[in-house]
Amino acid sequence: MRKKFAIAVDCANCAAKVENALNAMPGLKAQVNFMTQKMTLEADAIDDALLASVEKTARKIEPEFEIKR
Amino acid sequence: MDKKQKNKLQWICLTGAVYALILIVLHVGAGGMLNFFPVNFLLFLVPYLMVGWRVVRKSLVNIRHGQIFDENFLMMVATFGALAIGEYSEAVAVMLFYQVGEFFEDFAVDRSRRSITALMDIAPEYANVEQDGELRQVDPEDVQIGDIFVVRPGERIPLDGVVTEGESILDTSALTGESLPRSVHTNDAVISGCVNGSGVLKIRAEKAYEDSTVSRVLDLVENASDRKARTENFVTRFARYYTPVVVLAAVAVAILLPLLTGVSWQQGLKSACIFLVVSCPCAFVLSVPLTFFGGIGAASHMGILIKGSNYLEAAAKLKTVVFDKTGTLTRGEFSVTKILPADGVNEEELLAKAAAAEAYSTHPAAVSIRRAYEETGKTLDTSGIGENTETAGHGVAVVVNGRKICAGNRKLMDAEGVAVPAVDTPGTIVYVAEDGRYLGALVISDTVKPEAKKAIEELHAEGVTKTVMLTGDRKESGQAVAGELGIDAVYTDLLPADKVGKVEELLAREGRKDRLAFVGDGINDAPVITRADVGFAMGSMGSDAAIEAADIVLMDDDTRKVSKTVRLARKTMRIVYENITFALVVKIAVMIMSLFSAANMWEAVFADVGVSVLCILNAMRMLRAK
Repeated sequence: MRKKFAIAVDCANCAAKVENALNAMPGLKAQVNFMTQKMTLEADAIDDALLASVEKTARKIEPEFEIKR
Repeated sequence: MDKKQKNKLQWICLTGAVYALILIVLHVGAGGMLNFFPVNFLLFLVPYLMVGWRVVRKSLVNIRHGQIFDENFLMMVATFGALAIGEYSEAVAVMLFYQVGEFFEDFAVDRSRRSITALMDIAPEYANVEQDGELRQVDPEDVQIGDIFVVRPGERIPLDGVVTEGESILDTSALTGESLPRSVHTNDAVISGCVNGSGVLKIRAEKAYEDSTVSRVLDLVENASDRKARTENFVTRFARYYTPVVVLAAVAVAILLPLLTGVSWQQGLKSACIFLVVSCPCAFVLSVPLTFFGGIGAASHMGILIKGSNYLEAAAKLKTVVFDKTGTLTRGEFSVTKILPADGVNEEELLAKAAAAEAYSTHPAAVSIRRAYEETGKTLDTSGIGENTETAGHGVAVVVNGRKICAGNRKLMDAEGVAVPAVDTPGTIVYVAEDGRYLGALVISDTVKPEAKKAIEELHAEGVTKTVMLTGDRKESGQAVAGELGIDAVYTDLLPADKVGKVEELLAREGRKDRLAFVGDGINDAPVITRADVGFAMGSMGSDAAIEAADIVLMDDDTRKVSKTVRLARKTMRIVYENITFALVVKIAVMIMSLFSAANMWEAVFADVGVSVLCILNAMRMLRAK
């Protein structure tokens, strides 16, 4: 399934780095768009656990990363 | 300004106040006695950490993840360098100024992003769905196919559907860029994104939200920035090499400058720090994508959907524009353009007989003859029409009030043994005969769009050197249209497959840096659209086929949008190059100045964040593009 999230990400460079890191996670395809401040995730199941690990991975690179829910 | 930004600003102001206080204490009266190491160092460390702590922390985090070279690292090393050579006050000032600049940068990007997204804001916020006898506002994503929703005057249609009740006028400007009102009645299909004018409409959803026009259009524009232009990729690649190179250069400066020119080690270190501060590639990394995004946003506001920055870049280099004729330069609707009665027959009589003969045919020519007859203010009387035969590829033979009327092409006339004069007017010719006597001919042709001539002129004015028209029509009609519009070259009698071949031929002939565009309706010329450097599809209000095939989708069928796109693309590229040049020149100038000990840290910080802010402001000019 595919889902879009509103996010907060600080700079274009961080967005690209976060995207690379997320795509390295198994079973996940991600697109992080700095300009629109949106992230598209593609995975078998998108649940809270996945979102939590996405956020954790992203924050390692960009401490101010946030998924707005 | 959001809360986070407000907090940041307050913190910067507070640090500034502390910094000013320390400066005053150290330089006024008895306080001067404190101005010795380590007291002054410890005093300045307070504002330094207040404002610089985040930078240092982020840089350390990055180093732990193996990503060393970024702006935080550069600022940390530069200010540590300043602290090391005893320039405590300057270290704090640089960090403070850097944070102020970052704040402005952040603010400007945020603002621009908001204005651009506002341009493309066509997303409906809710749908009014009837549940248990009352209207509820629900998320458009929760509406199922087949649900009935109500759109009140002034509201946006949330999903594609069919009107089940009511009539109204729709404003399509959010999708097409032109506020051409469209009237809708019961059973008409409506697309999402239009704003309802005067009446209340009840609409049955035909598509789910995610498949509706509005959401497809938004998706397309939002993802456009993922397809990077070559310039953008260049900037990213450039930044990757640029920063390490500058760091190495800084090390070299710190060591070699004192050795070769005899300046003090302190001065060498200071020049090296300036190198580091200046080297931050923010100005490019931020402003270039922002300019492209602004261009895409401005275009979508005009009803031009651009699928990627790369197409915007290519559109700026267009030298050849190839048009499909039918439906692009012409309306794609056929009408009677000439009535040529034989001697002793008047126009009215000829048209009336032809209309009666074509009364039951569904051929496009027949439809246009009936319409032409009705436009004279009469209604077709079908009571006298008897036996009726239609031969495909020939025409019709009908008995009307006991007389046999034939209407069709040359072949039909030959078969009926009617002698007809040669007619060499461009268009489709329908000959009419009654009981074997020739009555005259009707010329049916497609009408040229009124704005098409202007569109071609504008393209030439924008620097497109060659306009080409492709058509399946006969030579005479094709050349007539091309002549009327001022098109440079025309290729006629083409089958759909030949069009791809022609475009490939033209592609082979264009210069290495030039680009070729094809403009079509996106439905039956998809292969050609895909083959061209830039494929335009027009007039389909974002139909699936068009969005799929084209690189640039024109939401209405105004041919002038092609030249508008070229103008917008040129403006985008101009701003991109302006920013790259400006930032490079300032940075290199400050670096050279620092080699001759003529630049200070303040100038370095300006060359970094000041230049970024100026470039962002320049990029914002895209929003005012017309």
